Amino acid sequence: MSELLRLTQIRKSYGIGTPIETEVLHGIDLVMQHKEFAALIGPSGSGKSTLLNIIGLLEPATQGALAMQGKAIKYTDEKTLTQQRAANLGFVFQFHHLLPAFSAIENVMMPQLINGMPVTGTARKEAEALLDAVGLSKAINKKPSELSGGMQQRVAIARALSLKPALVLADEPTGNLDTQTSDEIFKLLRRFNVEFNTAFLIVTHDPRLAARCDRIVELVDGNIAKDAVNQAR
Amino acid sequence: MKFELTLAWRFLREGRFQSALIIIGVAVGVAVVIYISALILGLQANTINRTLGAQAHIVIKPPDEMVRNVLPTDTTLATIQPKAQRLRSVDNWQVLMPALAVDPDVVAVSPMASGAAIAIRGEANRAIVLFGVELDRYDRIVELSTKLTRGNFRLNAGEVMIGIELAKDLGVDVGDRLRVLTPSANDQFQISGLVDLGSRDLNRRALYLPMRTAQNLLGIPGGVTNIDIRIRDIFSANDVAKRMQSVGSVNVESWMQTNGQLLNALQAQSVSTTMIRLFVSIVVMLGIASVLVVSVVQKRKEIGILRAIGASRGQMTRVFLLQGALVGFVGSTLGGVLAALLVAAFSALVTNSAGQPLFQIEIEPSLLISSCLIATVCGTLAAVAPALRASKLDPAQAIRV
Ligand SMILES: Nc1ncnc2c1ncn2[C@@H]1O[C@H](COP(=O)(O)OP(=O)(O)OP(=O)(O)O)[C@@H](O)[C@H]1O
Ligand SMILES: [Mg+2]
Repeated sequence: MSELLRLTQIRKSYGIGTPIETEVLHGIDLVMQHKEFAALIGPSGSGKSTLLNIIGLLEPATQGALAMQGKAIKYTDEKTLTQQRAANLGFVFQFHHLLPAFSAIENVMMPQLINGMPVTGTARKEAEALLDAVGLSKAINKKPSELSGGMQQRVAIARALSLKPALVLADEPTGNLDTQTSDEIFKLLRRFNVEFNTAFLIVTHDPRLAARCDRIVELVDGNIAKDAVNQAR
Repeated sequence: MKFELTLAWRFLREGRFQSALIIIGVAVGVAVVIYISALILGLQANTINRTLGAQAHIVIKPPDEMVRNVLPTDTTLATIQPKAQRLRSVDNWQVLMPALAVDPDVVAVSPMASGAAIAIRGEANRAIVLFGVELDRYDRIVELSTKLTRGNFRLNAGEVMIGIELAKDLGVDVGDRLRVLTPSANDQFQISGLVDLGSRDLNRRALYLPMRTAQNLLGIPGGVTNIDIRIRDIFSANDVAKRMQSVGSVNVESWMQTNGQLLNALQAQSVSTTMIRLFVSIVVMLGIASVLVVSVVQKRKEIGILRAIGASRGQMTRVFLLQGALVGFVGSTLGGVLAALLVAAFSALVTNSAGQPLFQIEIEPSLLISSCLIATVCGTLAAVAPALRASKLDPAQAIRV
């Protein structure tokens, strides 16, 4: 296994320069390897989403260093951030965030479209295969509004994987799904982890699901309280 | 660019009602601008046509006779009276003609011997103006042949063509004879044709005859009273006239000088058209901008997720700029069609008693193209503020519920 991600003393404050300035992450050290399948747990407000957004290069850390595949990230360089996001990262959110004007397959191929890659021929075949893998071969031309919540989340997962990123960040991907659907979604994530060697960092409130990950990182009040290989597996 | 265009188009289609409303708004605005522009242009062309129907663009005349003051300048004994101008001919006109014709702006040059006379037919007599012309040359100045209403377009020796009102006043028709009287001579002529010069005054007084005959009648054998000139661009008349002043000691008059008031009126019309264009553009731009601002707010999350999955700030900016451009382009294209319908309706409904359109309105392709272009540019400009907002949106904030 090789190093995918290294956080060193990451701090994050909101409302800097205002009376309500608060630090929500107090110096996080975290290393993730390629192909890892990790859970990020912790009480509400402990800073899980904030940490995920920082790793996802969606917002800058206030202090500390972040390296991706050995390369230090500079937050001031907007262009490189965008490129890094496109090339290395996939996102799945609690509320799927699909584009309502586009069909399932168009949503899956959105990263290709954004990056000016071909959207026909083999690229389309691959997208169809991804949708097939998430069990939506019959719904490729449906709009998100015509799909159930679970189906929408599957489309979002297929989209996150469409450029085969090294790391997929999932923020409560099963947060608003019933137990059975959550199970299926979780199985899907695991399957892609094995098939594509994609690393996953999954925020979840569900201890049952966390227990099925290889590693569990627990965040409490902006500090890592526990970080261990999941012995139960 | 494919991503930006695809997204811009889908975003517009998604906001069905909003998009339709603003596109219709742009279409109506553009249609009004095109229609009014075409109407004013048609009106102006019509007015100018009427004015220049029987008038040369530039007329060369002999210089005014100056009254020389023989008394010392400080004497106040007498006021200086301008001399009555008598009929004089242009010096050296045969030499001047080719010199004038070489100007690249000049289309045609024609000499004329013109002066006052009286036309007599039986008991009736009328004060008239003799226009002694070389018909072929003169035709190229004012297209007289197109104004013939009866008879033949021809001036053989002993023949004249007269204005239709004059014919009515004298009770004559093609083939009839009339007598022309000047202070120095008189002669008898046969009417070969009647012309309608577009102005009642001219129709009542104009008599065209061969130049040589006119020279004899007016007592200026071999001389011409003026040289008429037609130029390519009527609105360059003043400039061309200024240039021509240098050919000799002559008086050069452009139609623009002799029709100052008309020109002022035309200019005022043009200014109003420009104002209308300006205001419509502003209203259209405000409309587009407000719709897009709302759209940016509505699409916060989508913009956030697009940024998260790799769309750059520049791309988001372009998506919204393109929406503005698309609204402008599609709206103005529809507006062009609408304007064409309006013009067709105008031509069909606003007619004279004979059922013919009052005047010709045409929508020039260049007007359509420029309107489309301006609307597209305006749409893009209107989208600048919303586009910047979209690009500045913080993806992390947009995604957090
Ligand atoms: N933009 C912001 N401005 C100010 N404070 C913020 C902002 N975003 C988050 N916070 C605060 O940071 C802290 C951590 O928030 P975060 O969303 O990371 O928690 P979380 O662990 O994801 O919680 P949950 O399980 O409820 O999703 C919270 O106290 C939150 O109020
Ligand atoms: Mg959260």
